[in-house]
Amino acid sequence: MSSAAAHTAHQAPTGFIRKYIFSLDHKVIGIQYWFLALFSVFIGMFLSLLMRFHVVFPDMKVGLFETLWPTGASGGVMTPELYLSLMTMHGTIMVFFVLTTAPQSGFGNSFLPIQIGAEDMAFPVLNMLSFWTTFIALIVMLAAFFVEGGAPLGGWTAYPPLSGLGAIAGPGQGMGQTLWVVSIAIFCGASLMGAINFIATTMDLRAKGMTFMRLPLTCWTWLVTAILGLLGFAVLLAAGILLLLDRSAGTSFFIPAGLVVNDQVMNHKGGSPLLWQHLFWFFGHPEVYIAILPGMGVTSQVLSVFARKPIFGYRAMVYAIMSIGFLGFVVWGHHMFMSGMSPYSSMAFSVLTMTIGVPSAIKTFNWIGTLWGGQIRFTTAMMFALGFVSLFISGGISGIFLGQPALDLYLHDTPFVVGHFHMIMGVAAIFGMFAGTFYWFPKMFGRMMHEGLGKLHFYLTFIGVYAIFTPMHFLGIAGNPRRYADFKDVEYMAGLMSVHEFMTYAAFFTAASQLIFVINLIWSWTKGPKAPANPWEATTLEWSVPSPPPFDNFGGVHPVVHHGPYEYSVPGAPKDYVMQTDPPLVPGTVKH
Amino acid sequence: MATSATTDIWKGGDQPPGGGGFGGGGSGPGGRGVSRRASFTGLMVLLAAVLMFFAALTSAFVVRRGLSNDWVSTQLPSVIWFSTAVLLASSVVLELARRALKAGQRENFHRLWIAGSVLGSLFLIGQYMAWVQLKAQGIYLATNPSSSFFYVLTAAHAVHLIGGVLALLYVTVQALRLRLGPGKRTAIDVCAMYWHFLDGLWIYLLVLFLVWG
Amino acid sequence: MFLAPVVWILTIAICVLFMGKFWWFPPPINAHGVAYDQQFALTLIVTGIIFFIAQMALGYAIFRYRSNGQPVEFSHGNNKLEALWTSAAAVLFVGLVLMGTKIWAGVHFEKAPADAVEIQVLAKQFAWAFRYAGPDGKYGRTDIKFINDANGNPFGIDESDPAGKDDIVNAALKVPVGKPILLVMRSRDVIHNFFVRELRMKQDLVPGMEIPFHFRTDKTGTFEIPCSELCGLGHSQMRSTMEVMSEADFEKWKKDQLAQK
Repeated sequence: MSSAAAHTAHQAPTGFIRKYIFSLDHKVIGIQYWFLALFSVFIGMFLSLLMRFHVVFPDMKVGLFETLWPTGASGGVMTPELYLSLMTMHGTIMVFFVLTTAPQSGFGNSFLPIQIGAEDMAFPVLNMLSFWTTFIALIVMLAAFFVEGGAPLGGWTAYPPLSGLGAIAGPGQGMGQTLWVVSIAIFCGASLMGAINFIATTMDLRAKGMTFMRLPLTCWTWLVTAILGLLGFAVLLAAGILLLLDRSAGTSFFIPAGLVVNDQVMNHKGGSPLLWQHLFWFFGHPEVYIAILPGMGVTSQVLSVFARKPIFGYRAMVYAIMSIGFLGFVVWGHHMFMSGMSPYSSMAFSVLTMTIGVPSAIKTFNWIGTLWGGQIRFTTAMMFALGFVSLFISGGISGIFLGQPALDLYLHDTPFVVGHFHMIMGVAAIFGMFAGTFYWFPKMFGRMMHEGLGKLHFYLTFIGVYAIFTPMHFLGIAGNPRRYADFKDVEYMAGLMSVHEFMTYAAFFTAASQLIFVINLIWSWTKGPKAPANPWEATTLEWSVPSPPPFDNFGGVHPVVHHGPYEYSVPGAPKDYVMQTDPPLVPGTVKH
Repeated sequence: MATSATTDIWKGGDQPPGGGGFGGGGSGPGGRGVSRRASFTGLMVLLAAVLMFFAALTSAFVVRRGLSNDWVSTQLPSVIWFSTAVLLASSVVLELARRALKAGQRENFHRLWIAGSVLGSLFLIGQYMAWVQLKAQGIYLATNPSSSFFYVLTAAHAVHLIGGVLALLYVTVQALRLRLGPGKRTAIDVCAMYWHFLDGLWIYLLVLFLVWG
Repeated sequence: MFLAPVVWILTIAICVLFMGKFWWFPPPINAHGVAYDQQFALTLIVTGIIFFIAQMALGYAIFRYRSNGQPVEFSHGNNKLEALWTSAAAVLFVGLVLMGTKIWAGVHFEKAPADAVEIQVLAKQFAWAFRYAGPDGKYGRTDIKFINDANGNPFGIDESDPAGKDDIVNAALKVPVGKPILLVMRSRDVIHNFFVRELRMKQDLVPGMEIPFHFRTDKTGTFEIPCSELCGLGHSQMRSTMEVMSEADFEKWKKDQLAQK
């Protein structure tokens, strides 16, 4: 954590390495995370397309498969173990390297310091280290594809004993699973570093006048998310270390006695598979809030800006964020209703799970309330924010079924669950990232994005994701079991294959539509019109500096804040927006 | 809502003007003070994470112990008592060093801080000896769940302590190069706090082993 | 804006699909299943209404408040409304789960009746095995060293134990209709899950645990048991069946099995 001499001496960094590779500038680091997420999401999406293809055409010979996986797909036909490993890596890469990076470490790094009026994060060197540690974690994870046996096949949840027994439990469960655990452990370290920075920065580096109740909701979500990550990843790290020891040091934390695997008697004794599930989900549930909270913050921000209205119920929104964060730690057992855990604990977890629906509902109503009576400007960022609200309603509603253990008795381990979490994480959270990109691209890269391409991409994606994930709920109701490479052996699945086909076509269509987004990015970066300081007429501090901002954000000036973050259309004010740093409005002329 | 409580406890001396230092990036008037505050916040946050990490291991410990009948109590190796005393001594010495520096006694500070670093390293050696003693009795990592936890918890604590020793050495090197401006005070205070925390954590682990191990 | 009709159309389409039940539960075969379907329907109605209203309101707001030069109705919020919809949500959500408690209790809080037919279930990579105690009502001793899948001894029954001589081991589950059944579930290697759609229940089989699971069926027929917890590369092939037959047929089946030993 040594001094960033460049910063305190108020000199911009020079040289390519210092400026773009090992940069200490939070804005560069934020963009690095954003690119890491972009790279990862395309890998994750490619894996999901392979999965969707195989489920519907399990016996089709594809030359490409054999080229990529000579053992896993010899003869061009994907084996079940290959399918399961693709599924495992899809989930892992998406959850960790997309949803836990861009929303928090990507946009948060880029904009938390500026939005609170600081020059940089509290610990710039630590910030730089947290990115590169994440990068190393990604490399280790991807390496699992290339080792003997390939990537692990135990799902992103890696339940032991399957994940703890080693290569004897299946292909990919040897070196592949070990690399997976090591990568996750490294990722835990990177997240902890990031969390320290986010919390210290928000607590201590706010500009004069930037009280907690004047923080943009994005900053609130980044703060609470950092706390969730801090406490959650610490637990995951502990669990990962114990799993690694079970795999390679002969311990028995998670593996009980008397197991016979592949005709061999295992030497383990006395461990508990449920212990892993408790530790994992104690992290795992806060993790999903880590994935969604920043998207909620961006949505609140964007809705307010483009409806030209303050966010409806700012205080309630803050309390909702805090309750979601807190309650997120006490509901993990709802992932374990069928696990053999005490059914009384299940009831307790269930009631708590239902209560967490309340702050989520509050936020949804408040978003609609923000739009009500507004003057909506339909920029692409706004479209994605509106799409977020719709998708969050859909995804949240299905959670009400799953939170009841009585109903989970059937729906557990069916695509009803998969549809639920994809709506929330795989779509709503992604829409939050799209909204953030379209909203902040001008500030990050100094150019405006193409609105026409943006809107086309939005509509195709919005309809596409509903087409992909709504049918999953029906498959779940019909009893489709989860994590199956193919359904040839289950008779009642024959009548459901047409639904699977529809989903596969929708998936390919939606994936193809993402090319429009890529084209937009490239076009905008190279040919987009230069962005003014405040193209959206927004109030928060990042719009009071040039696009992109100077290296120390405010050019040596210390901003002073006089207003809350959502003062749009204030009656009596000179313009329809009051920037946070504008001088105080003259009393008597303004009705607040 | 600054963590001024911690700065009060630690009365880290006057706020000097400007200068490079720990943490950097302080903005607004009183940049140095903000950076110092941020360093303490950062430390508190780190300690929260470390606490959570050991809480997870503790709950695994408790669950595993209650689960099966193959739990065989691990006898604490005798060297543990010696190394515990050494660790406690190192905390006391480091605290004395810190106060010496505040009173302006640089020479004293140097001596005491190095002594504390040495004692800290001695503790680590003692932990290693404890492992050697256990292995001599044929008790290894996978021998039984109690021994597994003993090794895992002591190793986890030791890893954090190695970080602490590196921090102590960093300060030592800076002190020897006479680079102990007021900006480094925060570094010293943070290192010392981290060290005392690990001390307390060790006592907790000791009690856990004695009572439940 | 076009988004409003898109949202409305999607909402209506989704509601129609749910109401049309084009891909739906198979008919239940026990009272628990009937209760399950009722709770599901209740949840569907409550959430369906919330879903419909929320999405419609969103679409309406998008449509009505598109920028047309109209003045903004400035407001920071409305505490009364907040209190109202917060309490409504809380009551509805918690109410739903409390209403389902009886169903959960019936499966997990209550013990199996004393006259339940007990059957041991063993899950392994990648097959199911079911064991019946035979006329002596006792299971033979098992030990993993006796396991021999090729010879039809997945449980590892000790041949020298007389109590095990009349144990029936079968790859499919056979049960009598109308009687309480108690499954005692174990796994030999990794976590598996027993699931029968028509029963509306499932349960993980966890190595190191012996988990009791009881139910009753009121209709005969053959129903599929697909493994429902990822257990390795053969997960999608680990499927068995539950055949529910009359008591008479069940006794006959057991006699036939014993005769073949």
